[in-house]
Amino acid sequence: MKFAVLIQDGPYNHEAGDSAYNFITAAMAKGHEIVGVFFYNDGVLNANKLMDPPTDDRNIVKRWSELGAKGVDIVVCIAAAKRRGIVEANLMPNMRISGLGQLVDMTLNADRMITFGA
Amino acid sequence: MSEESKKIMFVMQKAPHGTIYPYEGLEFILIAGAYEQDISLAFVGDGVYNLKKDQDTSELGIKGFVKTYRTLDDYDINKIYVDKKSMEDRGLTAGDFVVDVEVKTSAEINEIMNQQHAIFPF
Repeated sequence: MKFAVLIQDGPYNHEAGDSAYNFITAAMAKGHEIVGVFFYNDGVLNANKLMDPPTDDRNIVKRWSELGAKGVDIVVCIAAAKRRGIVEANLMPNMRISGLGQLVDMTLNADRMITFGA
Repeated sequence: MSEESKKIMFVMQKAPHGTIYPYEGLEFILIAGAYEQDISLAFVGDGVYNLKKDQDTSELGIKGFVKTYRTLDDYDINKIYVDKKSMEDRGLTAGDFVVDVEVKTSAEINEIMNQQHAIFPF
């Protein structure tokens, strides 16, 4: 099955991003396709490369970047990102900033759109 | 709308200014409206307050956006459902809203949700 994933809450404060990540890795392990991951609302904060959590905890932004390196398209909403100070200068590698039209495209290209947060 | 258009529903479940979800949700609705899909909106819980007439956010210092709902018709977005119980629990009637709505029971909204390709909560 082809899944698209929307994440609407920020890292650490909410479990949404963790649940999304666990869903994505489990789906990929089962052979499903992830057509895209989209960060919206506070979800854009997942893309901040300046994130530097204690070393005995998971590094959420690094985890997303590793997923992006495997070829998963990770898109950060430009409007929501600008509000929250996420720009190219602090954008983690292996993700990209683009518009909400990308979220519509992902939705139309997927069999299922799964949302986390909100 | 083409024959390939898909049903996409936006569920507004939060009050308009306490969080940014409804506002950013509306921004997404306006973008999605340009894609000629079969779009519907459902207002449930405190989300029904989004459509309330005569909102004034000047003392909040937050930009109001209720008027934007009036422009949805320009995008051919006119399937606007309000959950009957949510509306009545808050002392509202269909006449209190800035746009024409269809008041539905929770069961009816549930049925419409079951027909959707995708559902976005805000």
